[in-house]
Amino acid sequence: MSEQKENINQEHLAVYEVFVRSNRGLDHKHVGSLHAESPEHALMYARDCYLRRSEGVSVWVVKASDITASQEDDIANFVDPMDDKPYRHATHYVLPDNVSNM
Amino acid sequence: MQSVDNAAEQIEFDRRIVEEQKIEPSDWMPEDYRKNLIRQMSQHAHSEVIGMQPEGNWITRAPSLRRKAVLLSKVQDEAGHGLYLYSATESLGVSRSELIEALQTGVAKYASIFNYPTLTWADVGAIGWLVDGAAIVNQISLQRTSYGPYARAMIRICKEESFHQRQGYEIMYELAHGSPEQKAMAQDAMNRNWWPALMMFGPHDSDSAHSGRSMQWKIKRVSNDDLRQKFIDQTVPQIEVLGLEMPDPEIKWNEEKGQYDSGEINWEEFYQVINGSGPCNYQRLKHHKKAHQDGEWVREAVRAYSEKQQTKKENVA
Ligand SMILES: [Fe+2]
Ligand SMILES: [Fe+2]
Repeated sequence: MSEQKENINQEHLAVYEVFVRSNRGLDHKHVGSLHAESPEHALMYARDCYLRRSEGVSVWVVKASDITASQEDDIANFVDPMDDKPYRHATHYVLPDNVSNM
Repeated sequence: MQSVDNAAEQIEFDRRIVEEQKIEPSDWMPEDYRKNLIRQMSQHAHSEVIGMQPEGNWITRAPSLRRKAVLLSKVQDEAGHGLYLYSATESLGVSRSELIEALQTGVAKYASIFNYPTLTWADVGAIGWLVDGAAIVNQISLQRTSYGPYARAMIRICKEESFHQRQGYEIMYELAHGSPEQKAMAQDAMNRNWWPALMMFGPHDSDSAHSGRSMQWKIKRVSNDDLRQKFIDQTVPQIEVLGLEMPDPEIKWNEEKGQYDSGEINWEEFYQVINGSGPCNYQRLKHHKKAHQDGEWVREAVRAYSEKQQTKKENVA
C-alpha cells in the first residue's frame, strides 16, 4: 500500500491542458497545464491555480494525451501557407478611389 | 417546460440579455429562444450551402484561370461557413441529420435569392457584390447576437467574407468598363439581382413574423428595414462608380432623411419564391439531395474505418 502511495508522484499523474473563458461570449483560451489524478481533480486544481484573480467565467480541462496535434517541425508539409493564393485576401482587389464601404 | 420551476432561471436569463451578456450552450434558456435560434441559424447554414450552387454553375466556365481560382476559393469558403453555422446550431441540441432533413423536406428555409438562376458570367460579379454585400451587412450586425456560438461564428465568417464582395465588384467594374455588350451584360445582371438582394433582409418590420421577439432576445440586433436601408445607402454610390443605370428608377437621395428613397419590393414574388415557386427551388433541393446521396459511400467508408479501428483496439486489449 505504501508502495502504491509513493507511486502517486507528479510523474505518474496525467497532464491536463487548461482553457479559460475570460468573459462570457469569448472563446476558451489555452492558459497552461497541470498534473491531476482525474478530470474532476484537474478542474479543481485549475480553479485554484489559474483563477485566483477572477481570470475567467468558465474553465475546460482536457487530458493532454487526448489532444491530437499537428507537428510543429512538420508544419510546412502539413499546412500550405497558400502564399500562391493572394486572391483569398480582400487587399488583393484594388478598388476605385471613390468606392468606400467595402 | 417554462413552469414556475424555471422562474429563477428565467430571471437570470432575462438579466443576462439586458446586461448584454452572451448566452452559452450550457446556460438555461427559454424553449422558444432555443427554437428561434435553431430556426434562424439553420436557415443561415442552409443558405451558405445552397448558395454554392448558383456560383458553382460557373466554375468550369469562368473566363480566365485567375477568375476560376478566385471563384473556387469563394465557393470553398461558403462550404466552410455552412460548417461553422451547422456546428454552432448543433450546440443547441439538434443533430446534423435533423437539420439536413428539415432542409430537404422543405420544413427549413434558405435565402430566397439562391432560387434565381445565374444566366451569365456577370451574375457571378453581381452575386459577389450584391448578395455577399447584403449578407455582410446582416452578418456584421449579428456579430453582436446574444447567443455566444452564433456571435463567434459570425466574427469568423465576416473576416472571410471581405474578399467575396470585392472580387464580385471587380468583375462588375471590368465588365462595366468593357465593350458595350459587356456593359449591357453587367447592367442586366445587376437589374435582375438587385430586388432579390433587397429581399434577403426579409419582410418589412411590420410584417415580420419573428422579428419582434428576436429583437427582444437580441438574437437580431438591427431590424430588417434598417439593415436594408443601410445596404441601399452604401450600394447606390457603388452603382454610380460603375457608371450603370439605377436598377430602380425611384432611387433618389433624400436630403431631409439623409438617406436614399427607393421603390417598393414586389412582396408577392418574395412569398412565392420563399414558398417554393421560384425559378430554381426544385433544382436546388434536387441537387442537394443528389449530392447527399452520392456522398453516402464516403460516410459508409468512414463508419467502416471507425469500426475497424475499434476492433483493432479491442484485439490489442
Ligand atoms: Fe458566406
Ligand atoms: Fe460569401
